[in-house]
Amino acid sequence: MGTLSLGHFVVLGGILFALGLFTVITRRNAIGILMGVELVLNSANVNYVAFARYANAGYDGQVFAIFVIMLAAAEAAIGLAIVLGIYQSFETIDVEATDRLRQ
Amino acid sequence: MTSAGYVAAIPLLPLAGAAVLGLGGATLQRRLGKRAIGAVACGTVALAFALSVAAFFQLLGLDPEHRLLLARLFPWIHVGTLQVDVAFGVDPLSAVMILVVTGIGGLIHLYATGYMHDDEAFWRFFAYLNLFTFAMLTLVLGDSLLLMFVGWEGVGFCSWALIGFWHKELANTTAGNKAFIVNRVGDFGFVLGMFLLFWTMDAQGHGTLVFRELAQHAHVLEGVGFWGWPVATLVTLFLFVGATGKSAQIPLYVWLPDAMAGPTPVSALIHAATMVTAGVYMVARLNFLFAMAPATLAVVATIGAATALVAATIALAQNDIKRVLAYSTVSQLGYMFLAMGVGAYAAGIFHLVTHAFFKACLFLGSGSVIHAMRGEQDMRRMGGLVKFLPATSTTFIVATLAIAGMPPLAGFFSKDEILWQAFNARPALWAVGVTVAGLTAFYMFRQVFMVFFGTCRADPETRHHLHESPSVMTIPLWLLMAGAVLAGFLWLPFGLFVPFEHWLAPVIEHHGEVHAATSGRGVEALLMLVSLGAAAGGIGLAYRMYASESLRPETFSEALGGLPYRAVLGKYWVDELYDLVFVRGVLLCCRATAWFDLHVIDGLVNLSAAIVRGCSWLSGLFDLWVVDGAVNLVADVTQFAGRRVRNVQSGAINAYLYVVLLGVLGGVLLYWSWAAAS
Repeated sequence: MGTLSLGHFVVLGGILFALGLFTVITRRNAIGILMGVELVLNSANVNYVAFARYANAGYDGQVFAIFVIMLAAAEAAIGLAIVLGIYQSFETIDVEATDRLRQ
Repeated sequence: MTSAGYVAAIPLLPLAGAAVLGLGGATLQRRLGKRAIGAVACGTVALAFALSVAAFFQLLGLDPEHRLLLARLFPWIHVGTLQVDVAFGVDPLSAVMILVVTGIGGLIHLYATGYMHDDEAFWRFFAYLNLFTFAMLTLVLGDSLLLMFVGWEGVGFCSWALIGFWHKELANTTAGNKAFIVNRVGDFGFVLGMFLLFWTMDAQGHGTLVFRELAQHAHVLEGVGFWGWPVATLVTLFLFVGATGKSAQIPLYVWLPDAMAGPTPVSALIHAATMVTAGVYMVARLNFLFAMAPATLAVVATIGAATALVAATIALAQNDIKRVLAYSTVSQLGYMFLAMGVGAYAAGIFHLVTHAFFKACLFLGSGSVIHAMRGEQDMRRMGGLVKFLPATSTTFIVATLAIAGMPPLAGFFSKDEILWQAFNARPALWAVGVTVAGLTAFYMFRQVFMVFFGTCRADPETRHHLHESPSVMTIPLWLLMAGAVLAGFLWLPFGLFVPFEHWLAPVIEHHGEVHAATSGRGVEALLMLVSLGAAAGGIGLAYRMYASESLRPETFSEALGGLPYRAVLGKYWVDELYDLVFVRGVLLCCRATAWFDLHVIDGLVNLSAAIVRGCSWLSGLFDLWVVDGAVNLVADVTQFAGRRVRNVQSGAINAYLYVVLLGVLGGVLLYWSWAAAS
């Protein structure tokens, strides 16, 4: 059995991104979508950290990962606030139903 | 030629009177009463008369060849060779005329203050009367043909206004219109004559309308032709057409009898003494031209004699007191034209003067009768008035004797002179003249006997009302009667300080002796006896028929089946003929042109309107379908595209993300295939 290589991490990141994207596209629940977004962000984090370790690029990747985690926290807070607002005006968080912007 | 500014005041004084009365007359009458109106009207004419007398005496003091007083007011028309000034000139001929116009006119003004006393529009009447005097004086004094024409038209207008003075009755205004329109026909001839005269004179290098220059240069027209006619003949014929209109000669005499619809002073002043003599005056004024056209003179003499005869026969059967006098005026004017036509200008003007006296007297007398009879004009309801109206009947009878040509009254001298000169020139016309003299005596005495003698046929109420007119009316009658008695002596050597004929000689000198005494005084005396016999016969016949009633009028009226009588009674049906030919003819033309207008002109207009409408309908369609269509098409396409594209914006976030994903995948695939290819 071989050692972990950069390829494993990239595949893991790709799988995570695909799962996140799939969640975002298919979910009709706004909170589900937010969760998908978290997955996508974390797949990016995996890529940052992996490339930082294997490409000998210093700590820049780790620092960016920290930034992304912080950003994700903020995004979750704002996103949840938006979902709450949507619920107050539509009494649902089904994104299929909240299509009034077009009119 | 002597310059004399005061001459201009002669016509301008009555004009000032007319202006005062016309503009402020209503106020003046309300504030100061009718007396003030009468004072203004009579005063201006009396002043003009005084100036006329002064001018006459100044002329008398001058050398006969230089008897001309000229007042040049201001330049009027100066265009090319046409040089016309507003200038008034008094020469022996116009001096006689202004004395008649202002003298007799003044007496008639005075009479009218009594006659019109009960009329509310008193001031308007005198404004017109003064305006008429001004126009007549302009006609007489104007030193050029054009200024004469201004007066000529002015008197026509005043005549129209005064005939229809009592305008509340349609018949009066119709009579006024008839007078004016018939006069316009004549004026057309006058204008043509004036144009032709100036045009041909101008072509000969002497373009002028001033009388004394015309007299000086008229000989250049000798031998000049226009369309194969001698110009002098054409010009004088045209001018004579004007004279037939103004002076009521055949064929334009029909308006004068109708003009009697006006107040009687108007009939006396305008339609007997002055205005209607304008044609005679014009012919005498232009005698040098008429002398160059023997053909015209023959026409003038014939028309004059024919008019005298026709009008005298019509007068035989009239029953309206004023109509008899009207036809008598037409007949006497015929005499004057007969005189003009035979070259007896002085005799014609002399008859004009004497006629003005006795005809004004007769008209004013008839007015006095009408006044007493409370407006009645039918002689069949009068009779025996001599008892009630002593002054009126005396003056009327004397004036009748004068018009009948009884010596030594005025009519005798003038008529005798005309007849004698006619005998020398055209004996046939002399015979007509003598016949007319007999007829005149008959119808005038028929009138006298019917009105003043016999039994009174008026109804009792009118008879009770009968009274002599006030002295403002009788004094002019007496004065005019005196004129009718004495005016004849003007012909005698001591007349106007010089014999009348010599007095006029400077104006008509060169041609006066065309028919100079070819027969001796013995022949003249014989002719005098013949015409006196005719007149006496007429009077005797009238006496037997209407006074002693020993001869029934029906003896004559039923002769030859009554046709001659009915023709005379119906005035030869000339009015009906004119009505049929001219009035109906014109109306027919009107209707034809109206039809043409309605159907052809309007049709053309409507057609063009329809074409324009069709064009605009087409352009409207183009606008609607092509221009608007293009605009709508753009809008529709945009809207259509918008509706289609809008479906993409579903608002479904998932769908958006699908599209993003597919786009990115597509992009990556493209990149790969591009990278693989290179």
